[in-house]
Amino acid sequence: MTCEGLIRKLSEYLDGELDPGLAEEITRHLQHCEDCGLVVDTTRKTIQMYCNTEPAPLPDEVQKQLDRALAEKLGRSSG
Amino acid sequence: MPTHLENENTLVADARAGNGDAFAALLSQYDTRLFRLALRITGNQQDAADALQEALLKAYKGIVGFRGESRFYTWIVRIVLNEGLMKLRERRRDFMVSVDEPIQTDDDNFMPREIEDWGDNPEQTYSKTEFDAILNQNLDQLEPTLRIVFLLRDVEGFSIEETARTLGLSIAAVKTRLLRARLKLRERLTKYFKQGVRL
Repeated sequence: MTCEGLIRKLSEYLDGELDPGLAEEITRHLQHCEDCGLVVDTTRKTIQMYCNTEPAPLPDEVQKQLDRALAEKLGRSSG
Repeated sequence: MPTHLENENTLVADARAGNGDAFAALLSQYDTRLFRLALRITGNQQDAADALQEALLKAYKGIVGFRGESRFYTWIVRIVLNEGLMKLRERRRDFMVSVDEPIQTDDDNFMPREIEDWGDNPEQTYSKTEFDAILNQNLDQLEPTLRIVFLLRDVEGFSIEETARTLGLSIAAVKTRLLRARLKLRERLTKYFKQGVRL
């Protein structure tokens, strides 16, 4: 397994979607390649940072716009 | 936040039968996520609100045809995505983005350039507001063809197959774009999060 080969398989490795033989090759490569280890670690953190973000509440004006549109469609008052 | 409600099947069945309260209850679970998605596609609050409004009205009209072959959430995300892309095209006529267009192959080099340790808690270097702004700004700067795949897979938690189906892409294309998106974001975030640096 070369560094380039590892990078091309990085997504599937992080998602646990590689077949066990290939995943084992990557794990072996990571035992002696510090640079690839840093790339794997920081890519994993990148994904976690975005995946962990919670959406902010809807801005009031957006909530009102949606409530109005939906109330009109449903034929009732939006309050 | 879950993207599948326990009583979702009942709510969907009621909504399909014309029960507006059931439809509103379904939406209330997902509206903040859907708005965030619309905002990240359009990059503009008013366009995002308009896209979401259009999408919700279309979803209400179309829910009769929803047969539960996918999660309700993936079904409605597809509608929001299409409306968001339409807004993006209207605003940027010079930039005819199409999610199924082939991507340029001139940057076929995947190899990372920024190789630095981030330490254990890089987010603690910044305030919550600054940290969120860094994530948003760098995501917004990704090409739409990469950004949308990343949004569906890594932010909305779609599977590779769901992402491919939603965007009308092959699984191989989704995987390639996802890898590019992740590596580009990692590269950009390294500038902020490498140890000892605070931009």
